[in-house]
Amino acid sequence: MSGQSASWSDKDLGNAVLLSASGRIDLSNAETFKDALSNALSKAKKALILDLSGVDYISSAGLRALMIAFKAGKAEGKAFGIAALQPLLLEIFTISRFNLVFPLFDTVPQAVEKLAPNVGGTAT
Amino acid sequence: MRVIFWGTRGSLPSPINGHAVRRKIVNALVRGAAANLNTVAKAQAFCERELSFAEASTYGGNSACVQIDTGGPEYLVCDLGSGAREFSISALAKHGSGKPQTYHVLVSHVHWDHIMGFPFFVPAFIPGNRIRLYSCHPKLEQAIRAQNKEPCFPVEFSALASTIEFVPLEPGKAYEIAGATVTGMLQLHGNDSYGYRIEKDGKTVVYTTDSEHKPEDTAEMERAAAFFRDADLVIFDAMYSLAESISVKEDWGHSSNMLGVELCQMAGAKQLCLFHHEPVNDDARIDDILAETIRFEEITRSGVPLKVCAAYDGLVIDV
Ligand SMILES: [Zn+2]
Ligand SMILES: [Zn+2]
Repeated sequence: MSGQSASWSDKDLGNAVLLSASGRIDLSNAETFKDALSNALSKAKKALILDLSGVDYISSAGLRALMIAFKAGKAEGKAFGIAALQPLLLEIFTISRFNLVFPLFDTVPQAVEKLAPNVGGTAT
Repeated sequence: MRVIFWGTRGSLPSPINGHAVRRKIVNALVRGAAANLNTVAKAQAFCERELSFAEASTYGGNSACVQIDTGGPEYLVCDLGSGAREFSISALAKHGSGKPQTYHVLVSHVHWDHIMGFPFFVPAFIPGNRIRLYSCHPKLEQAIRAQNKEPCFPVEFSALASTIEFVPLEPGKAYEIAGATVTGMLQLHGNDSYGYRIEKDGKTVVYTTDSEHKPEDTAEMERAAAFFRDADLVIFDAMYSLAESISVKEDWGHSSNMLGVELCQMAGAKQLCLFHHEPVNDDARIDDILAETIRFEEITRSGVPLKVCAAYDGLVIDV
């Protein structure tokens, strides 16, 4: 799925759904991004993890879409984590103070390990 | 036009206290210890050059009051928060109390921080002065009269010796006030508030405080940007961080520095002035917010740069 200048796809990791996005999330595609987050969240057993390593910009409208998914996750008892922010994106998260709201992780494996361990867990 | 900020704090006057002043003095003395600051001129230059704004000064604590000098003989001012007391004293000092003046006041809304200066607005007590209070807000007259009334204030409205007129405005309609063209716009805020676009000689100042914006509401964002279109200066409610304004403080009626930048960029405005500072934020914090906002503008710039500043009591901006 995609908006005008961004694209995203999700992947089942067992306990978590990983949504990987790239491009620019702004007023033009924030609404469809919000729907994609909600859809991914509904499929997630324990956690929704976002890989934003490919995102080079997110506007206030995009941040609000994240906020809505975060709140919905809380209400459903599902964890929410954001991983692999580019330096510029981390700056935007800091300036907006969303770094104080969302759990941020340096890498996707770190987020998975913390929020939805035993991924693909077919224990032998 | 010349814009003079007499009160820039949001919600409640928030004066700096003695402990904070002492910390600034101690810090400045330590920072300047090796600089041989034995004359006023040297000390002034040191403050200017070496200290941050928060170290050498303060954003101040008076609530909203912004004078717009349109170059004409009559005064124009936005809101009568606690900053209106100092504004009125400066006006009287300029003319003396014997020379009657006309004061045009645009009131955004009647929350207390925006009208609390009126009981101490000295020209209202002096016969011959003419005070015209304008607002799109329908309860302006009711609120001003209720404020000058026992048991909250000992001087009844009817006892004020000046000529006071209430002038209702309609949003979206242009009015000639104090030599400028003024247009109001409804804003999202508890009990409603109104922004004012003030135009004179091809220059535009937008006074937009106590206004929440919903970043996902494309129509509302575009409506606000159209109101700010090509403005030389946008005085903007940047009380909260973006995260606060769309999470814990959603629907509290205020906006953020980041939305100020986004809206000014959409509008092609030239300068953004962060206004209605959160009382909890001390001077160092507001310095940081300003630096971050300047950085955010750099990151997001696509065309002409948008200048960003933070209002402080005493700031003067020429447009
Ligand atoms: Zn206010
Ligand atoms: Zn208000």
